[in-house]
Amino acid sequence: MVPLSWYLILSAVLFCLGVFGFLLKRNIITIFMSIELMLNAVNLSFVAFANYWNTHLDKLPSGAQMVPLSGHVFVFFVMVVAAAEAAVGLAIIISVFRTRETLNVDRVNLLKL
Amino acid sequence: MVHQVLFIVFGLICVAGAINLLLQRHPINSALSLVVVMASLALIYLLLGAEFVAAIQVIVYAGAIMVLFVFVIMLLNAGEEERTRGSRVALILGVPGVIILAATVGWLLVTGSGQLGSVTIASSDFGETHAIARLLFKDFLLPFEITSVLILIAIMGAVVLGKRES
Amino acid sequence: MTKNLYLWVIPLLPLVGAAINGLFGRRFKNAMVSAVALLFTAVSFGWAAWAVYSVWPGGATAHIETLPFPWITAGSFSAPFGFYLDQLSMIMVLVVTGVGFLIHIYSVGYMSHEGGYYRFFAYLNLFMFFMLTLVLANNYLLMFVGWEGVGLASYLLIGFYFLKDSAANAGKKAFIVNRIGDFAFLIGMFLLIQHFGSLNYDTVFGKIAEAHFSPEVGWGFFTITALCLMFGATGKSAQVPLYVWLPDAMEGPTPVSALIHAATMVTAGIYMIARSHAIFNLAPHALEIVAIIGCLTAIFAATMGLAQTDIKRVLAYSTVSQLGYMFLACGVAAYAAGIFHLMTHAFFKALLFLGAGSVIHAVGGEQDMRRMGGLRTKIPVTFWVVTIATIAIAGIPPFAGFFSKDQILGAVFHSPYGGPVIWAVGVITAGLTSFYMFRLWFMTFFGEYKPDADLGDAHLAPTAHAASAHGADAHGSGHDDGHGHGGVHESPWVMLAPLVILAVLSVAGGWVGIPEFIGGNNKIEHFLAPVMESPAVAGEQPAPAMKVLDPISRPEEKPTNEELLLAGTSVAAAIFGFFFAWLLYYKKPELPDRITSKIHGIYTMVLHKYYVDEGYGAIFVKPLLALSTVVFWRGVDQGVIDGLVNGAGATSKGIGNELRRMQSGNIRSYAAWVAIGGAAVLAYMIWLGVK
Repeated sequence: MVPLSWYLILSAVLFCLGVFGFLLKRNIITIFMSIELMLNAVNLSFVAFANYWNTHLDKLPSGAQMVPLSGHVFVFFVMVVAAAEAAVGLAIIISVFRTRETLNVDRVNLLKL
Repeated sequence: MVHQVLFIVFGLICVAGAINLLLQRHPINSALSLVVVMASLALIYLLLGAEFVAAIQVIVYAGAIMVLFVFVIMLLNAGEEERTRGSRVALILGVPGVIILAATVGWLLVTGSGQLGSVTIASSDFGETHAIARLLFKDFLLPFEITSVLILIAIMGAVVLGKRES
Repeated sequence: MTKNLYLWVIPLLPLVGAAINGLFGRRFKNAMVSAVALLFTAVSFGWAAWAVYSVWPGGATAHIETLPFPWITAGSFSAPFGFYLDQLSMIMVLVVTGVGFLIHIYSVGYMSHEGGYYRFFAYLNLFMFFMLTLVLANNYLLMFVGWEGVGLASYLLIGFYFLKDSAANAGKKAFIVNRIGDFAFLIGMFLLIQHFGSLNYDTVFGKIAEAHFSPEVGWGFFTITALCLMFGATGKSAQVPLYVWLPDAMEGPTPVSALIHAATMVTAGIYMIARSHAIFNLAPHALEIVAIIGCLTAIFAATMGLAQTDIKRVLAYSTVSQLGYMFLACGVAAYAAGIFHLMTHAFFKALLFLGAGSVIHAVGGEQDMRRMGGLRTKIPVTFWVVTIATIAIAGIPPFAGFFSKDQILGAVFHSPYGGPVIWAVGVITAGLTSFYMFRLWFMTFFGEYKPDADLGDAHLAPTAHAASAHGADAHGSGHDDGHGHGGVHESPWVMLAPLVILAVLSVAGGWVGIPEFIGGNNKIEHFLAPVMESPAVAGEQPAPAMKVLDPISRPEEKPTNEELLLAGTSVAAAIFGFFFAWLLYYKKPELPDRITSKIHGIYTMVLHKYYVDEGYGAIFVKPLLALSTVVFWRGVDQGVIDGLVNGAGATSKGIGNELRRMQSGNIRSYAAWVAIGGAAVLAYMIWLGVK
């Protein structure tokens, strides 16, 4: 009843908002959170498609095979990786903060040519 | 009908939270907005019949990862963002590029929505935990084991990186 | 004709000598160097003499030898290594090797105290090689090799004292001015190739003879070719307008002036015109121009010689003037007379230069005549030989110069290309020649010896020699160290012996051309007749213009009275010249200054050589230099070429600089690039999907 495209549009909007945050914000942690937002948007898209294929399996091109529930499994893996990444990333942020005393990403420019 | 209304409500909450994440200056507010986003996303997952995913979204994402973020924010005592001169590239090229992309995708989706169908909850046993578990431990066993190793590495990395120089 | 005389040995021997001296001479003692040089030159002379003796007296066709391997073959054109021995080249080769050998002997003594002794003899031998190639070649291209080569040798020898700026510049000037003439010579050769397909003498002249051309009326092919060849000759033989290098060439050592700029190299142009007489005979306009140029040069240079105070410069202008006579002879188609004068001039001009060298050696390097005087008693042998040479050049019988000059003037008077006016100019020039030569004679050998005479007048000769007379000539400074005394002394016998031999030749050398009206039988003209007469002319009715050209066929009914009168006039002019010189420089030495102060303007102009050098400088040199600097150097070389190369470098640098900005160290910009890249990929995939 809810058209698939709505979910996809929502996913795209969230993704773009995440990219905006990634480009425009100055705080490292906020940038990180934008990345998480992007990941969530993608998760939404996966789940939506999992449901879609579940009911519209006939729309698959001939010869292609799919298990509809693998979308959920994929979301599971995404979350696991996101957790690992968040842990390591935050550890890096902490160590950067210790040396640079700032969370402003523009100040972390020691690799400048 | 009900589904659509529910979807619109929760979708709006999602977008509002995301926009708030961008607009807030203090990172803690952004973190809390993100929690809101995740929560409403979990509700949308429920609408899609993904019970297990909704559950772990709340438990892992909102409950563990976001808590970690909040811990770090409070630990580092990050204050409000200052205004600094950022990258011009980001403003000039990045923002318009993404807007264009979003518009393109949106347009495609809207025009192509006739071909796609709609989404319903077909059967109540669709997103069941044991079905997912069956997939996870049979077809996706190798990735599962590898991700556990990945988590182990992540833990070790976080511990090493977080240690103070002594 | 069939006997192989190995003519190629004659030029090759001096080349070997030059190579030995040039490559190894630095380590040789002076005696060894001179032995090598003299040996090869002497053998070359001997071989030439033997070759001439073998084909004496020569027939109607020349003795030609070609080396078995080809030189140039390009399509239908080919040029061989060929050697050509006819009467004309017999005379030339004997003059070149003979006089060259004498000058080599002289140089042993003259250059004995100089640095670079081996270099001098190497260059001298190199010059002999090129000159012999020039006179013995059987085609214009090989002659051109020799032509250019003697120009090169001249440059090397004029600039022998290369540390002196004036000498280096003089060498450059000689070479460059010669090149202008050579360019015209090349054009002439190209025209010949285009018309005849070959540059070999027998091919070209044979075709001309077969085709029985009649002389051109207007400005056709032969005239243009002849004019081009003539212009080349004006460069090499120092005629107007390309004579300006010869006076400056006196910067070289005196034996060089004697050999190259009196006896041999400058005569190459005359030789070339005489060799090409078949072409010139068909181009009356060209002959007229040759005659006019010769006449103009003769008197022009004679006037300039009047005011010079450097002994070598007087002789230089005298050379230009006498070359003008030879040119004039060729211009009235009296080629035999021109060659005759070439031969006698070689003898007495070489003698004059070598004698002047002996004088300079005697007074320890001084070249300004105002600081000489009274040397008659101090260096008697030199005095007597120079006297003989002066009388010879003045054209007083029975010495050599009279016969050759008289032959020329007689031909000029009777020729349609000459006429009485040019003859009169020739006679006046003879008078001027006599005047300035005896002026030299009086100033150098008579009066009292004044080595410290004041030269300080501002308007006197502004040559480098006058300004830096002391020790300017490196020879002089070397000499002072060597002898270490202030006395005037005679030259060593090694220098005097060639002088004596040349003096004998200056006296007797003219006797081969005693004209009929005096009673001789003009041996030299008969000797050269087979060369100068083309077979076609002898056999048939010649065109009216040609009839007069040919001195042999001039009918005997020309009254001898007229001939005697003409001869007498030129002798009278010579005696007038002697009289005035005696008056102004012996009897009343204060007269010259009074005269020059009265005609101060004209005198200054003549003294400055009519400002020709300055004129050339302003008209040609300055604009070319400006063009070269502004357009070619700054514009093309620095602007375009350097600009392109540097620009390529700068462009890469610029691009690199711009690309570097991507690596800003700013994380947000990296993030932005990632986002842009991702968006681009997505867009591409969408576009693929839409297709």
